[in-house]
Amino acid sequence: MKHKHLLGMKNYPAEDIQTIIDTAFSFREVLERPIKKVPSLQGKTIVNLFFENSTRTRISFELAQKRLSADTVNFSASSSSLQKGETFKDTAQNIEAMKIDAVVMRHPTPGAPLHLTQHINAIVINAGDGTHEHPTQAILDMTSLHERFGRVDGLKIGIIGDISHSRVALSNIFGLKTMGAEVTLCGPATLIPPYAEDLGVEVNYNVDEVIEWADAINVLRIQRERMGGGFLPSVREYRNLFGITTERLALHKKEIVIMHPGPMNRGVEIDSSVADSDQAIILDQVLNGVASRMAILYLLLGGKQEEGNN
Amino acid sequence: MNISILSKHVVLKGGTVLDPIAVTEEKGDILIEDSKIKNVGKVTVPKSAQVVDCKGLIITHGFCDLHVHFREPGREDKETLESGSMAALAGGFTRVCVMPNTEPPLDSPESIRYTVDRAEECPIHIHPIGAITKGQEGKELTEMGAMLTEGAVAFSDDGLPVTDSGMMRNALEYATMFDIPVINHAEDLCLKQNGVMHEGKISTHLGLPASPDITESNMVHRDLELTELTGARLHVPHVSSAKSADHIRKMKKNSDRVTAEVTPHHLFFTDEDLVSFDTNLKVAPPIRTKSDRKALIKAVKNGTFDCIATDHAPHTIEEKEGTFDLSPFGMIGLESCFGAVNHVMVKKSKMDRVKLIRMLTVNPRRIMGFDQDLFSKGAEAELTIFNPEESWIFRKNDIQSRSSNSPYVGQSLTGRVKYTIVKGHITDLF
Repeated sequence: MKHKHLLGMKNYPAEDIQTIIDTAFSFREVLERPIKKVPSLQGKTIVNLFFENSTRTRISFELAQKRLSADTVNFSASSSSLQKGETFKDTAQNIEAMKIDAVVMRHPTPGAPLHLTQHINAIVINAGDGTHEHPTQAILDMTSLHERFGRVDGLKIGIIGDISHSRVALSNIFGLKTMGAEVTLCGPATLIPPYAEDLGVEVNYNVDEVIEWADAINVLRIQRERMGGGFLPSVREYRNLFGITTERLALHKKEIVIMHPGPMNRGVEIDSSVADSDQAIILDQVLNGVASRMAILYLLLGGKQEEGNN
Repeated sequence: MNISILSKHVVLKGGTVLDPIAVTEEKGDILIEDSKIKNVGKVTVPKSAQVVDCKGLIITHGFCDLHVHFREPGREDKETLESGSMAALAGGFTRVCVMPNTEPPLDSPESIRYTVDRAEECPIHIHPIGAITKGQEGKELTEMGAMLTEGAVAFSDDGLPVTDSGMMRNALEYATMFDIPVINHAEDLCLKQNGVMHEGKISTHLGLPASPDITESNMVHRDLELTELTGARLHVPHVSSAKSADHIRKMKKNSDRVTAEVTPHHLFFTDEDLVSFDTNLKVAPPIRTKSDRKALIKAVKNGTFDCIATDHAPHTIEEKEGTFDLSPFGMIGLESCFGAVNHVMVKKSKMDRVKLIRMLTVNPRRIMGFDQDLFSKGAEAELTIFNPEESWIFRKNDIQSRSSNSPYVGQSLTGRVKYTIVKGHITDLF
């Protein structure tokens, strides 16, 4: 791997992304076994440093670590000394002093993982930094696309919803572009970032056109707090314009793949019937999340090759 | 940095005298007697005179910065009038105006008097700028008349824009009675929201909340129109965008009531430098795009800006070491100012050096109503001596401020201050 850390998908090498995806598939096979554990990271210690609430990402990382036989420690802001006024730097250096190999960090501020690398020597894996990046989500999404289509190169991917406030969108855009996919963003104009075209993507406000065009769509969560404020008038208006409903999908002959990074607001950005349909690969994404994170941890923490593949 | 008392006679010998009023650069010496200018040009050296070798150096008026934050009273952990003075001396500044956003703010005659009294003890000249409104809250005017009597030189709620246009109109109208500049930090807070950088391609890539250039230029435009309406004097601080510069340039064609400043950092950096997430580059108004920077450089050259001001804004390491969103806005800038602006404007942009020096000397003094004729016989020796060509790397130990939030550390600068003379002292920066 070219980089010591995994901070983001921007400028992350295509060959390394491909290596992670390929490795993820071999771990997928491990996860199908009755005994789902390999000794690859035995003796390695990983700290999950979560400064922001997260359920699925943390569980996914923790499972990945346990499947690889790493020792893990969880730290969340609510139970931490941050409440006592300890600085980010102190927290980081204290944890480092306890001799650990890697830190998986979720933080509300863009750039926080980069800052962390300046304070500690351990490997840093970004599990989401504010509205900036969420690279492991992008990799698991690409792994899922690869599983479904056999490739990422040349795929047409629509990303639907609140793009401006989404680290999932930004990491997906960087990763998908690197791997040769085409990306169209779709959502209310108030939730599409300015200068989006500079990201090398198209913007289309007509969700039907995007569905017609795409091979797969990634439906993002619309946070309730955006509703009825300055960004969006109402749930009803959003559903009418952008909701992925059964009726809307029925208008199109082509059956496209539906993805969602979760957690879903059923009945807002996506209908239950769509989320539970065969078109949706949402639960495959969850499983691939564990496999992809195993691959990332394994490749960055230098697990031995033969152990990973047996 | 070494500060010593001037001898009875001091001769600045063998240098070039840059006169920013006459707009000349000529070989010459300066004789100082009892800390006052005795003679400029050809001088006879008295026997016991202390001779300062100025070979290869330029001697000019002491630099004047009309926009600094020295944090006293209230945040002496960041800076004091004393430590700020040291930073000023290191940058060749002999005179500064301190902004009123202290704790409590300088919003009363008593607090102005306090600052003036404290400044007496400091090794440079410090003038307080009073708040426009009580508590900088934008609601009630301060007692400007009494504050002027106590020594205030201008009014500003710096850091906090006067958002209410009616209030701003009143402040400008009221200030016309005294013919002093009103300075408004121009950022439309409704448009700014939680923006921490310039909204553009870079902010989109970084996922940081951002605010567009019109956040500034809209309010600059409003203030310019209000100035026209009221006939007041407006000084526009730290202009960051091409659009604001354009509004100012147009208004200045018909009005001599408007002046404007630009900071070294808006001339030196662009938003592309923020990919490092360096919190020292988090300033308000934010550092903008390459093309804004280009427009600002052009506006320096064509006279849209009257002066360079550092907006020296010290913050503790603890605050700046935090994450980008929580880190306060501001950077220090006195020590690096000359090397930075001389590098950008004279070395890279081929601006006439004397014109640039005017923006650090006569122009800010004119705006604030200070004595400008510093080479006249009997004037207090208030001089800056610099090497115009020296290229150097700005290091942490070049910082004299109590804080160290400078993004210039490690940057190559051109031109370096060697001596600063003011208040009967000479500061040696070799």
